[in-house]
Amino acid sequence: MNLFVLSWNYIKAKPLNTALNILLMSLGIAIIMVLILLNVQLEENLAKNKRGVDLVVGAKGSPLQLILANVYHIDFPTGNIKLDEAKALTRNRLIKQAIPLALGDNYQGFRIAGTNHDYVKLYSAEIAEGALWKYNLDCVIGANVAKKLKMKVGDAFNGSHGMSVADMPHEEQNYQVVGILKPSGSALDNLILTNVESVWAVHEHDAEEDGHHHERVLGSAYETGLPSGDEDAEITSMLLQFRSPLGAVQLPRMINSNTNMQAASPAFETQRLFSLLGIGVDMLMAFAYIIIAISGLSVFISLYNALKDRKYDLAIMRSLGASQAKLFVHVILEGIIITVLGGAIGLVMGHALMEGLAGLYEKSDDIGITGFIFVNQELYVLLIAIGVGVVASLIPAVNAYKTDISNVLADD
Amino acid sequence: MIKLEQLSFGYSDHKILSIPQLEVKDDEHLMILGKSGSGKTTLLHILGGLLAPNEGKVVIGQSDIYQLSSAQRDKYRGQNIGLIFQKPHLIAALTVQDNLLLAQYLAGAAQDKGRVKEVLEELDLSPKRLKKVKALSQGEQQRVTIARALINRPRVILADEPTASLDDDNALRVIRMLKSKAKDCHAALVIATHDQRVKDEFDVQLNLSSS
Repeated sequence: MNLFVLSWNYIKAKPLNTALNILLMSLGIAIIMVLILLNVQLEENLAKNKRGVDLVVGAKGSPLQLILANVYHIDFPTGNIKLDEAKALTRNRLIKQAIPLALGDNYQGFRIAGTNHDYVKLYSAEIAEGALWKYNLDCVIGANVAKKLKMKVGDAFNGSHGMSVADMPHEEQNYQVVGILKPSGSALDNLILTNVESVWAVHEHDAEEDGHHHERVLGSAYETGLPSGDEDAEITSMLLQFRSPLGAVQLPRMINSNTNMQAASPAFETQRLFSLLGIGVDMLMAFAYIIIAISGLSVFISLYNALKDRKYDLAIMRSLGASQAKLFVHVILEGIIITVLGGAIGLVMGHALMEGLAGLYEKSDDIGITGFIFVNQELYVLLIAIGVGVVASLIPAVNAYKTDISNVLADD
Repeated sequence: MIKLEQLSFGYSDHKILSIPQLEVKDDEHLMILGKSGSGKTTLLHILGGLLAPNEGKVVIGQSDIYQLSSAQRDKYRGQNIGLIFQKPHLIAALTVQDNLLLAQYLAGAAQDKGRVKEVLEELDLSPKRLKKVKALSQGEQQRVTIARALINRPRVILADEPTASLDDDNALRVIRMLKSKAKDCHAALVIATHDQRVKDEFDVQLNLSSS
C-alpha cells in the first residue's frame, strides 16, 4: 500500500467518471499530436526540397504557383520561358548555377522533368541501380516511381502529355529507363528525369513525324548548364543559385522588371504559404486546447464532488497517522494519474490517427508523411497533461489538506 | 498510559469541558458516560490528538501530544492510538486487507500481511480478507474498524460509541472483544458511550454531566 496505489484504487472505484475524463484528455492530446506531427513533417519536407535553390525563374504568373510547380512539383507550371532569354540571364555574374527544368509530360501520373545532372546533385541523391542518363530519351526514375510502377532498368514507356494520368499518350517515342535513384526524401523520389532535349523531341514528334527516333543522340548539356536549341526552344523554369547574397537583392527586381520572366524566392513563398495554412492550424490547435481545458475542468469537478463523500475517508486517514501533506499529495496524484493516462493514450491515438490519415491520402506517401516518427514536442505534450492534472486537482487537494478531522468525525 | 492535567476546552466563553486530573494506566479500562452533548466525543478527540484543548496537558505514553508539531502528532497517533468510531468509516474503495495495510502504511509502520491475517483471524474476519468493505455487514464492518485500531499494537485504544449501531448481542460481543484485545496489547482502553446495555462491563466510570 502506498499513496499511488491508494489514489489508483479511488480512480478504479469510479470507472465511468474516469473513462470520461481520460477520453476527453486523450482526444485533446491526440488532435495536438496530429497537428504537431503534420507540421513537423511538412516543414521538414518543404525545407528539404528548397535547399540550395535561391531563386526560381519562370513564366509570369503566381509566384507561389511557380514555386509549387517547379520546386515541389505539386502544382501546374505557370507556362514556358524562351531558352534564349534564360541563357542570357545565366551570363549574369551573380548567378553561380542555373538548373533548367522542362515539364509538361507525365507517365502514369509521375512527372517527366527535362533537366541536367546538377538537379540530382542538388539533393545529393545517389543512383541505386544503373547510371545517370546521357542520351536523349534515356531517363532515370525516382525511388517511388520504381516502387509504385514496378519498373526496372531497361524498361521502356511512352510519356503522356500533361500532368495527370488521363491525358493522351505520345506515340512512338519511347523513353528508356537507364537508372533508378535511391530514396532521398526529396521531390526526386517522384520524378522521371531526362534531358531537356528529350522533352522537346517528344513534342516535335507530335507535330512532324520523322523516322529517326532510333538514333541515339547525346544530350548537349546533360551534366550542367542549358542545352542548345533553336530560337523557338522553350523551357519551363530555371532553379538559380546565387554567387553572393547581393544576388538576392538585385536579381529578383532585375528579372521581374527587365524581362518577360518572373523570379520567385522559395524561402519567401513557403513562408507565405505557411502563414496562410497557419490560420487553420492555429484554429485546430485552439480547439484542441479547449478540449484539454474542458477535460481539466471535468477532472476538477469530479474530484471536487467526490471530496464531499470523501471527507470521512480523509479524516479517517488523518486519524490513522497521515499528515496533511500526504493527503494533499494523495489528491493531486489522483488528478495527475488521470491526466497522464489520458495524455499517454492521446499520444498513441495521435500517432495512430496520423498513420491512418497518411494511409487514406495516397499523396502523403510521396511527401513522406507517416505516424511512426517521434518528435521532441511529445515531451511537452506530456508536461501539459501533468500540468492540467495538477491545476485541476489543486483546489480539491487544498480542501483535503485543510480537512478538520475532529469536526468531520464528530458530525456523525 | 493516559494522563490529563488541568484540561479545559470550550468555544469562546462557553466552557464545555473541565477536567483537573485523570489517569488511565496500561491495562486499565475507563468508561466515559454522559448524555449526547455532554462532551464525550470532544474529550475523546482531545485524547486522540484530533482536537487541541484550550488549556492543559495530554500525555499519551511518554509524550505530551500537543507539544508535538501537527505532522509529528499525526504520526504519533497512527503508531500509538487506536481509534474506533460510532460508524465504521472504512475506505470503501479498498478491500478489507488493504484497509488494514493502509493503516500500517499511514502510521509509517512496516506493511506486514502476516500481522493483517493474524488480526483478522482474531476477529473472525479471515474469510472476508479480500472482500471490498461494501460487501460486509454492519457488524462485520465494525469489527474491521476494531481490527484497524489494533493493527499497529497501540498503547491506547479510544472508542466513541462503538455499540450504538449494533444489536444487543453484537454490542456485548464488541465490548468484550475490545476489553480482551486491549488486554492482549497491554493498552489503556477508553470507551465513550451512553449505551445502558454495556454499562455494567466496566468498573471505572467517568460521568460527564452537562453543566
